[in-house]
Amino acid sequence: MVLFNARIEVRFKLGVLDPQGETIKNALLNLGFLGIKSINTGKTFRVNIEAETVEKARQVANDLADRLLANPVIEDFQVEISQ
Amino acid sequence: MKFGVAIFPGSNCDFDSYYAIKATGLGEVRYLWHGDSTVDDCDIIILPGGFSYGDYLRSGAIARFSPIMKSIIEFVREGGPVMGICNGFQILLEAGLLPGAIRKNSGMRFVCKDVYLKVENRATKFTHKCPENKTLRLPIAHAEGNYFADRKTLDFLHAENRIAFRYCDKQGNVSDEANPNGALENIAGIVNEQGNVLGMMPHPERACEMLLGSSDGRYIFESLVEKGN
Repeated sequence: MVLFNARIEVRFKLGVLDPQGETIKNALLNLGFLGIKSINTGKTFRVNIEAETVEKARQVANDLADRLLANPVIEDFQVEISQ
Repeated sequence: MKFGVAIFPGSNCDFDSYYAIKATGLGEVRYLWHGDSTVDDCDIIILPGGFSYGDYLRSGAIARFSPIMKSIIEFVREGGPVMGICNGFQILLEAGLLPGAIRKNSGMRFVCKDVYLKVENRATKFTHKCPENKTLRLPIAHAEGNYFADRKTLDFLHAENRIAFRYCDKQGNVSDEANPNGALENIAGIVNEQGNVLGMMPHPERACEMLLGSSDGRYIFESLVEKGN
């Protein structure tokens, strides 16, 4: 068994209004950060997974992101695995 | 009729629901603990408002995996009526018992006030006692009530007449001004395909006595216990 680090990023799907992102964008424009066109907020999870191979670890990470960490109606996720 | 009110860690409208049923005298009522794995002899289940599991991850995301939800999903499959109020609505969406999702309010604030609702479908088992041409006055209290569904989902909600309530003004005009949270098409409540599951953001259980400012919530509880057409 090897310990893998999974970095799972969950973000709103493009086209789904992100009120938090909009509010932060407006604050940045007020602070004088010109040229900010859009902000998409999200969450990052770091999960340590013990598995036999990197493929198996990736499978577990994808599965748990799909079942719990992300809501597929409004969110997408990306998984990166490192050792 | 026996109501079952589910309690999750962080539910806070469980007693309001329990009290509303007692106060209206519409039936018996008991609690269902989140760790239970049966709904026993309950005829109607209420998923109350609150902040189940601290709203961690997303509202309702963790509650949907609690043992009681397994038996509630089974209960729904057998045609049993289930009403999710506020956080209960969020749990029903996360569990896939209703389509769509809830986002943070467009104004980024917790909104706590009375709103008016237009009853869009008076033929459901949750709304058939609502008087014609009357708006319902019910309180809302949420930071995440901004209903979202993709175009395809909205299309079938329309086609199957599954939008139960929309936010409106006192006269029943559905407008942006009357939308408290940015919900798509002012949607405040929807039913499932079989018509035995209702999810709604406003709180009918907090409006069952005039002493509390409105008794319009009674229409929903009365619809549940009295047979429709």
